Amino acid sequence: MTPALHLFLIVSAALFCIGLLAALSRRHAIFILIGIEMMLAAANLNFIAFWRFGPQPQQPTGVMVAIFSIAIAAAEVAVGLALVIAVYRHYRTTNVDQLNRLKG
Amino acid sequence: MNSVAFILIAILTLAAALAAASLPKLIHAALSFAVTFVGVAAFFFLLGAEFVGLVQVFVYIGAVAVLIVFTILLTRRDVGKNHGFNWGGVAIAIAVFGGLIWAILKTQPLSIAAPPIEALTVKRIGEVLMTSYVWPLQCVGLVLTAALIGALVLVMNEER
Repeated sequence: MTPALHLFLIVSAALFCIGLLAALSRRHAIFILIGIEMMLAAANLNFIAFWRFGPQPQQPTGVMVAIFSIAIAAAEVAVGLALVIAVYRHYRTTNVDQLNRLKG
Repeated sequence: MNSVAFILIAILTLAAALAAASLPKLIHAALSFAVTFVGVAAFFFLLGAEFVGLVQVFVYIGAVAVLIVFTILLTRRDVGKNHGFNWGGVAIAIAVFGGLIWAILKTQPLSIAAPPIEALTVKRIGEVLMTSYVWPLQCVGLVLTAALIGALVLVMNEER
């Protein structure tokens, strides 16, 4: 038997919060991207778990949403890393605390 | 049997995620990040979504982790110090986790045991992708193309 739905939800909530921690508390731009990717993976895990335990698991709706979400996440991380490289070229740093040119 | 697998995968995934969030060296964090996504893919296999698990492995470990490692190597000579750690983020993350756990445990479960289903084959996924999800598929293709061009434009040499 497969473990119940709320166990998957708890694991996914923990993964989301670890991603949130990485995105909020690290000061390196790549770490922030890693945290965002973890949060997206937690959301995908929720989609798949709700699809599996939902009333109509014959319809592959949750699987489709997860596949599209993975594709969007791949596009997002490509653009994000390109931005990190562009910022690094300009400022010679990837520390987000030092990117304060627009600060009033 | 499945419960044992669930516990093992959960411990692996969460430990690797914590390592990725807290290790001071970037390259170690990137490798732990890859291990985290192996764990998430294992969850997908456990839930019967084999195709999504495979896509996860291909996209995240095959492409995203390699991309992150390349970016780390390209931005190595960093003059600023990167060792700052914001403890306010930890407090916020713990608060959000508490709220989510409270909401999950308070809600009535949908069904205790997962209903048995026949395996979701790649053929069926392909049929659905090409019939009812064909417009989202085209839009994702457009988004990916635009992201590719955008990434190239962003990292192109700034000489003029």
